Amino acid sequence: MLVAISFYLLAFVAIASAFMVVASRNPVHSVMFLIVTFFSAAGLFILMGAEFLALLLVMVYVGAVAVLFLFVVMMLDVDFVELKQGFLQYLPFGFVVALILLAEMIMVGAAYFTGETKALATYSGEKSNLERFGEVLYTDYAFFFEAAGLVLLVAMIGAIVLTLRERDGVRKQDITKQVGRTRETAIEMVDIESGQGVG
Amino acid sequence: MTDFLLGYLPVLILFGIALALSIAFLLIPAIIAPKQPDTEKLSTYECGFNAFDDSRMKFDVQFYLVAILFIIFDLEVAFLFPYAVSAGHLGNYAWVVVMIFLLELTAGLVYAWKKGALDWH
Repeated sequence: MLVAISFYLLAFVAIASAFMVVASRNPVHSVMFLIVTFFSAAGLFILMGAEFLALLLVMVYVGAVAVLFLFVVMMLDVDFVELKQGFLQYLPFGFVVALILLAEMIMVGAAYFTGETKALATYSGEKSNLERFGEVLYTDYAFFFEAAGLVLLVAMIGAIVLTLRERDGVRKQDITKQVGRTRETAIEMVDIESGQGVG
Repeated sequence: MTDFLLGYLPVLILFGIALALSIAFLLIPAIIAPKQPDTEKLSTYECGFNAFDDSRMKFDVQFYLVAILFIIFDLEVAFLFPYAVSAGHLGNYAWVVVMIFLLELTAGLVYAWKKGALDWH
């Protein structure tokens, strides 16, 4: 009973706030609704017994990704009125993305009905959810695990390539250079005759 | 199943208390606080002078780079949590898999370090 109430409450909040992400006029409010959506999704995960995924969702998405979104939305100098005018222009592209997502969801659902998935037995047994994860993640799904690592690597390199630029005229500390100085390169002995001055 | 979910009942109660408390803190001032607004009170106030411009402004992309690097290593750690719990009975194969994963991200770390992405200019 309590489970059913929690499920419907969480599912309703998730869908309603997901709708509000798109519908609200202020982008900052959109991000806030996105955080609510993430939280409700985490609650749904817990109802399914996937504790690890749920807490990961809160930690990574709410803790980091949403903050990054807020960062971008709050700080970037974007004219939102101007942004709204391109709506019709981007509509076909958004439609294509939505179609791909729908196809993927149908494929996932179909895989469930044909019984080709290997579901983790989440509730049963004395082992925790995290242990069950570890048992399959590094053995059966090792390839996907390494692929995830590669994706992270590509993301890291991409972020650095896109954002890092060398600026001239910035004084910064080069410790190797400082430590590598010797007496010969650092000190110049000058004999000065009295009354002449230097140079 | 229900035993498992009953373990989360305190969390649910905590959320309920938090929700009730925050709603109460919104409602109580709305009811009992005196409200006598006028144009001067409602106008923007920026330390004595009129506001120059919007609060949104461009900022250095370096902050963003640091945040992205943080998320990537955050995820790396998250991927290693299950290994920390189940390493005892997983064997050598899983160890090799995890080490390859760590090598991939260490390569990224070395790249970031050498490129100077971790320095603050």
